[in-house]
Amino acid sequence: MQTIELQKVASQVRRDILRQVHGCQSGHPGGSLGCTDLLVELYFNSMNLKSDASGQVEFHMDGLNEDVFFLSNGHISPLLYSVLARRGYFPVAELATFRKLNTRLQGHPTPHEHLEGIRIASGSLGQGLSVAIGVAQAKKLNGEKSTVYCLMGDGEQNEGQVWEAAMYAPHHNVNNLIAFIDENGQQIDGPTEKVMNNLDLEAKYKAFGWQVLRVDGNDMASITAVIQQAKSLFVNNKPVMVIMKTEMGAGVDFMMHSHKWHGVAPNDEQLALALGQLEETLGDY
Amino acid sequence: MALFTYETKKDTRSGFGAGMEYLSVNNPKVVALCADLIGSLKLEAFIKNSPERFFQTGIAEANMIGLAAGLSIGGYVPFATTFANFGTGRVYDQIRQSVAYSGKNVKIACSHAGLTLGEDGATHQILEDIGLMKMLPGMVVINPCDYNQTKAATIAAAEYDGPVYLRFGRPVVPVFTPENQKFEIGKALHLIEGSDVSIFATGHLVWEAIIAAEILLEKGIHAEVINIHTIKPLDTQAIHASVAKTGCVVSAEEHQINGGLGDSIAQYLALNLPTPQEFVGVNDSFGESGKPADLMEKYGLNAQAIVDKAIKAIARKKA
Repeated sequence: MQTIELQKVASQVRRDILRQVHGCQSGHPGGSLGCTDLLVELYFNSMNLKSDASGQVEFHMDGLNEDVFFLSNGHISPLLYSVLARRGYFPVAELATFRKLNTRLQGHPTPHEHLEGIRIASGSLGQGLSVAIGVAQAKKLNGEKSTVYCLMGDGEQNEGQVWEAAMYAPHHNVNNLIAFIDENGQQIDGPTEKVMNNLDLEAKYKAFGWQVLRVDGNDMASITAVIQQAKSLFVNNKPVMVIMKTEMGAGVDFMMHSHKWHGVAPNDEQLALALGQLEETLGDY
Repeated sequence: MALFTYETKKDTRSGFGAGMEYLSVNNPKVVALCADLIGSLKLEAFIKNSPERFFQTGIAEANMIGLAAGLSIGGYVPFATTFANFGTGRVYDQIRQSVAYSGKNVKIACSHAGLTLGEDGATHQILEDIGLMKMLPGMVVINPCDYNQTKAATIAAAEYDGPVYLRFGRPVVPVFTPENQKFEIGKALHLIEGSDVSIFATGHLVWEAIIAAEILLEKGIHAEVINIHTIKPLDTQAIHASVAKTGCVVSAEEHQINGGLGDSIAQYLALNLPTPQEFVGVNDSFGESGKPADLMEKYGLNAQAIVDKAIKAIARKKA
C-alpha cells in the first residue's frame, strides 16, 4: 500500500481509538494515537498475513507461514482493536463494545474471549518480548521465513523481564524478530527521565547484542523504510530493535506534548474537537 | 505386614527425565526449556537426543515462561523446567497472564518441591506451589508419587492439551507403582481398601501413607489409602465413595495445609458430605536446612504423623 493510502487508514484508526475510549469513558488514548502509524504500516503494508483467495484475512492461532505481531504494552488496546477490525479480522461494529460487559474487546487484549487476531494476553507489562522470541524460535524450528514483530513501551523498559529477554535473543541468534520501543518519553507518573531514566536505550540494546535502528514513529514513509532496513540486517544472525520516537496523542493537537492523555477519555466536547482534526476516510463504525 | 513392596528407591525427578527421554524420541512437538539446572532436572538424555528442541534460558525464569508461551503458539509443547520455587512463586504473574489466562499449552515441570530438598533450606523449599497453581483457572496440577508414576505423568502431560503444573522432587523414594503404567490425569488410584478411615495422599506422602496403613492394621484399624496424584481436577467421585464408606479423612501432603490437597478435599466435603478431617501438612511455617528425613519428622510429614492423625480422625467420628 502507498504511503498516502496508509495515512488515510491511520486517520480512520485514530478516529476509532478516540470513539472507543469515549464510548466507555475509559482506556488509553495517548499511547494508542502515538503508535497508530506503526501498527497501520505493519498490518496494511509490511506484514505478510494469511488470507483466502479473495484477500480476506484468516486468523490461525499458530500463525504458521505468516508474519505475526505481539503487543506487549497492552494498554494501547484500542489501537490494536481498530487495526485488526479495519484489516478484516472481526467486524468493525464490534469496536463499539470496547471495555463493556461481555465484550471480546477487553480492557487489555486477551485470546481468552477468542477475539480473532489476538494470540496472547498483555497488560501486565514486560512479558511480550519473551513471547515474541518464543514464537520466533518456533518459526525457526519449523524452517519458516516469516518475521515476528513486537512493540513495547519505553516505560515498560523498567521491567526486569525485558532485560532477561534482551539478553536471551541475541545469544540464541534470533534473527527473525523486529522489536520496537515506543519512545514517547512519558509514563504514568511523569516523564520517563524523571520516573526512571532509561538513559541511552540504543547503547543498552547494542551492549546486549542487538542491531539497533532509530525511526520517527509518526512518519509513515520512514516506518516503511526502517522495516525494510531491519529485515536486511537478519543476515547478521541477530535480532533488530527499532527505537521509535513518537508523540503521545499524535494527530490531535491538544493531546500532544503531555502525558495527561495517557489514561483519560475525552468528554463529548473534546471528542468533537479531536474528530474535527481527523478525516473520516473509511467510515466510522 | 507389608501391604506393598519395592525393589529400588529412585528420585521422582529421574522419572521426569525418563519421561522426557521417551518424549524426545516419540513426540517431535515436545520442546524443553531450562533455567541453568539441566542436571537437577535430569534433562541430559532429552538434550542428547534432540538438542535442537532444547532451550537454555540462563537464570531467567520470567523470560522462560514467556518463551514457553510463545513456543506453544508456534505449535510446540514446551516443558519449562526449574526448581519448584523458581518455576511457580517467582514467576506467578508470568504464568497467570502469558500461560493460564492466555490458555497456552505449556507444561511447568518442577523439581525440588517441598521440604525434601533438604539442606538448601527454606529459600528453596516451596510449600505453597500447589495452592498457587491450583488457584489459576484452567491449570491442571499433578504431584506423582514415585519414579514410574512421574515418568507416566510426564508423558500424559505432553498428550494433554492445556496448561499443566507437574511437581516432583529430589530425594530417592520407593518405586512401588507399575512400570509403564497408563497415567490418567484426574483419576485417583485406590492403593489399599479399608473401612475405618480414608487417607488421601499425594507425592512423597503416598508411600508414607502405605506405611501408616500397615502400622494401623497392626492396631486393628483398616485404613483406605488413595493416591491423589492429580490435585486439580480433583477426583471427587473417588473421594466421595471412599468417605461415604469410612466416615473420616486424613489428607497428607508435603505442602502447606493452607491451599493444598487437604484444603481442596475439605472444600468438596463441606459442600457435599461434611466429614471429620485431619490434615498432615506444614502448618503455616517455612522450612529449614536439614536432612530430608529429619525435616519430615520435625514438621510432622511422615507415616507416624499420618497414624496419629488417623486415630484422631476416627475418634472424632465416634464422638
